Amino acid sequence: MTHIVVDPVTRIEGHLRIEAEVDGGQVSDAWSSSTMFRGVEIILKGHDPRDAWAFTQRICGVCTTVHAITSIRAVENAIGAEPPPNARILRNLIMASQMVQDHVVHFYHLHALDWVDIVSALSADPAATANLAQSISDWPLSSRSYFTSIRNRVAAFVERGQLGPFGNAYWGHSAYRLPPEANLLAVAHYLEALDWQREFIKIHAILGGKNPHLQSFLVGGMATPVDPDKQASLNMTSISAMRKLIQQARTFVEQVYIPDLLAVASFYKDWAGYGAGVGNYLVYGEYPETDGDGAPLYLPSGVIRNRDLSQVEPLDPAKITEYVTHSWFEYDGGDDQGLPPAQGETQPNYTGPEPPYERLNTDGKYSWLKSPRYDNLPMEVGPLARMLVAYAAGHPRVQEVVGYALGQLGVGPEALFSTLGRVAARGLETLVLAEKLEGWLDELADNMGRGDLRIHDNSKWDPKSWPKDCTGAGFHEAPRGALGHWVHIVDGEIANYQCVVPSTWNAGPRDAMGQPGPYEAAIVGNPVADPEKPLEILRTVHSFDPCMACGVHVLDPQGNELMKVRVQ
Amino acid sequence: MPEARDWLVEELQRRGVSRRDFLGFCGVMTTVLALPRTAGAKIAQAIEAKEKPTLVWLEFQDCAGNTESFLRAGRPTVADIVLETLSVDYHETIMAAAGHQAEEALAKVVAEKPGGYIAVVEGSIPTGANGAYCTIGGRAAIDIAREVCGGAAATIAIGTCAAFGGLPAAAPNPTGALSVADAVPGVKNLINLPACPANAENLVGTIVYYLTFNRFPPLDRHRRPLFAYGKSIHDNCERRAHYDGGQYVEAWGDEGHRTGYCLYKMGCKGPVTYQNCPNVGWNEGTNWPIGCGHPCIGCAEPDFWDKMTPFYTHLAGFPGFGKHSNVDKVGMWATAGVAAAFAAHGFVQLGKRWKHKELEHQQVYQSPANSNAEPAEKAIKETEEGDQA
Repeated sequence: MTHIVVDPVTRIEGHLRIEAEVDGGQVSDAWSSSTMFRGVEIILKGHDPRDAWAFTQRICGVCTTVHAITSIRAVENAIGAEPPPNARILRNLIMASQMVQDHVVHFYHLHALDWVDIVSALSADPAATANLAQSISDWPLSSRSYFTSIRNRVAAFVERGQLGPFGNAYWGHSAYRLPPEANLLAVAHYLEALDWQREFIKIHAILGGKNPHLQSFLVGGMATPVDPDKQASLNMTSISAMRKLIQQARTFVEQVYIPDLLAVASFYKDWAGYGAGVGNYLVYGEYPETDGDGAPLYLPSGVIRNRDLSQVEPLDPAKITEYVTHSWFEYDGGDDQGLPPAQGETQPNYTGPEPPYERLNTDGKYSWLKSPRYDNLPMEVGPLARMLVAYAAGHPRVQEVVGYALGQLGVGPEALFSTLGRVAARGLETLVLAEKLEGWLDELADNMGRGDLRIHDNSKWDPKSWPKDCTGAGFHEAPRGALGHWVHIVDGEIANYQCVVPSTWNAGPRDAMGQPGPYEAAIVGNPVADPEKPLEILRTVHSFDPCMACGVHVLDPQGNELMKVRVQ
Repeated sequence: MPEARDWLVEELQRRGVSRRDFLGFCGVMTTVLALPRTAGAKIAQAIEAKEKPTLVWLEFQDCAGNTESFLRAGRPTVADIVLETLSVDYHETIMAAAGHQAEEALAKVVAEKPGGYIAVVEGSIPTGANGAYCTIGGRAAIDIAREVCGGAAATIAIGTCAAFGGLPAAAPNPTGALSVADAVPGVKNLINLPACPANAENLVGTIVYYLTFNRFPPLDRHRRPLFAYGKSIHDNCERRAHYDGGQYVEAWGDEGHRTGYCLYKMGCKGPVTYQNCPNVGWNEGTNWPIGCGHPCIGCAEPDFWDKMTPFYTHLAGFPGFGKHSNVDKVGMWATAGVAAAFAAHGFVQLGKRWKHKELEHQQVYQSPANSNAEPAEKAIKETEEGDQA
């Protein structure tokens, strides 16, 4: 038995530590620990709730829109503001373009190096690489001379002797299985995707002034004026610019990301047998197609238990509780109970070890994350959960693309419950949303053409128009999964603020019943060929796309009522 | 191994970047850095001649927003080359290695290149719970920061959290979060690049400045490079004419908002915020916050989460704006130093949560004088007096 520690887990957002026991070349037990805490919710108290989106936005600069969106929804829910249709459409455009950009960056820049051996790319034959590229896609950058230039570039980089961020990695590990040509293809697309992400995200600069940390959010609407006849508004020039960015993005997803995903997956089909994790999935749903409460959502909400795709259960937020048994917090009534956010408490209680340390005390408390549970079960959230719920609920386009991918790989739906399934679901979701974006742009242009220039519900801007004491909840599907904010407003100021965040669901530690969280469960059973180089553990952890800064949050003794899910 | 100059030329050719494009990039850099036009050639020579300097990028209490901003840097292929001009030996978000192999890469730089590398720090550094609020590889952030920044030729604190403490240090500062300046006393050659996040143009600009002139850019008293933080948002704002003309947005989406009127009444902090957003824009000049209709929130200033909030309450009490004023008077104040007037009077009205925070930045760093120093100091003093009153 070997005890291994991976800290820092790199190529993620934030600070994550994994400890694992390896026995006979397999992980027999694992612990996930978040090692950073800020206390954003404490800082929010007393502030103007109209400012909260900017504070919570800074929880994460990678998924840089998600806490802002969720915050304005929570405050709008509390004060009764009703954003007009244009604000809904602008938000859909912002959210979905975030999802598309974030997923592509994850695949190429955060996850690919777990599957792709850059050093092996040096021995690729550019002509064979061109043949491979042309056999899987119509993407024009696929000539022999192009791949020769990429290979030479990598060779020159390596020859210079300064490997920079690619130094000291697991190159040559026996778990790398792509032929040199596939590695070279992936390296070329790693570099192309760097340019692509910088270009595509200009849509956020158009809609939000800048990225990261867009600055056009407002409680009650959006700050981006729309007017086809003004230079200082979103006008036809902006629409055209966004249309071009969206079309380019979609082409890249269709001709580069999806073919690469399927090509890489075809070499790693055994990873459909690892990394399933808890097998329960939770989705709040996202992308309202109309306005107001109960608007239909393009991606549906629901819960799937125990990998049973025959049944999608309606989501009931009242079944959410959180445990701190193994978290560096304490509850007045004892740390073995699960509390709903409505009665949530937070008192940080760091029980050690004192840094610098070698090992966590995994029998006791070992993470800054709590352990959310639904009906006392751990739940996976994120792209796989969303695609499974949509697939099981009969979403036509999702069924189509999932069926296509399964067919290409020659596997059945059970393959989705795995590390590979998680990677594939992220790509398929990217495709579905890249296809969807232009329709929202058309809807916005149509509204503008009909003279609907409303972007904001001014009637609730003045805090004097608010109830003296009110509470609200906002929900969102962030790239990494289900996100909820709860706010309590008294006399126009924040009395309490709470976030329950995707990476808390996925990366949290064990609960009072000893049930491991989704990361912990998914790592168990993974092969580990070399405990000094636990590449396989990174594969499964990265398949969740960890975002640790998001995960850490604080609940207050004066918690709020949970409200029904409202997405707008 | 080829000579560095040859390497770059070959690299440019391999990547389909003409020498003309490259010189064009250097020209953009001279603009960002506000250098004489002839400096472009010098920058090109410097980039070509240097071996790749080593850079390590540390992340502590951060959101990775500055890392993301860094990934949006510059004109695509050429900016990429500038990034490859550096050897980024440690950066958790992008590096291939993990766990102890990653930490070894960092330790190697510290051990083998004392005084010979650049450290970039993103995020604040907590002191509470004996350092347990942020650990990496089992070590407390503050220990890592002191070791790595202590041995660096220069440290760049990128983003407002590293530069000034930022969001984690906002009242009541639950984790005892500090800026780099406060967490690493005596750190050499510290350059602060605040803003939330910092603009990639300013990071690239700072690095190119250093490579070109072999010295660091002159800084203001908050240790911010003057080339990027020397003038207020308000001074260069594209909507300034509407301010001077008394044309203001009154409600979101109204005629004035759609026309691009001044956002002062909606809470804009541009008059008391020093940064080059209006000049260089964001995402390769695509847009900037005021350009998309939202007020500046003052994100490049110390303690902005405490002092610039509520964000939608306008700076108040400056002379020349009120029932006794008229457009001419407003214009007069504009020419007579509105920023000074705002700085002196505005802060008194805002930041009620800001209670006597220790202002080490002001006390410790009195370096190069610049035009914004005095009014801001006066404002802080007046705010403190106001709090005591």
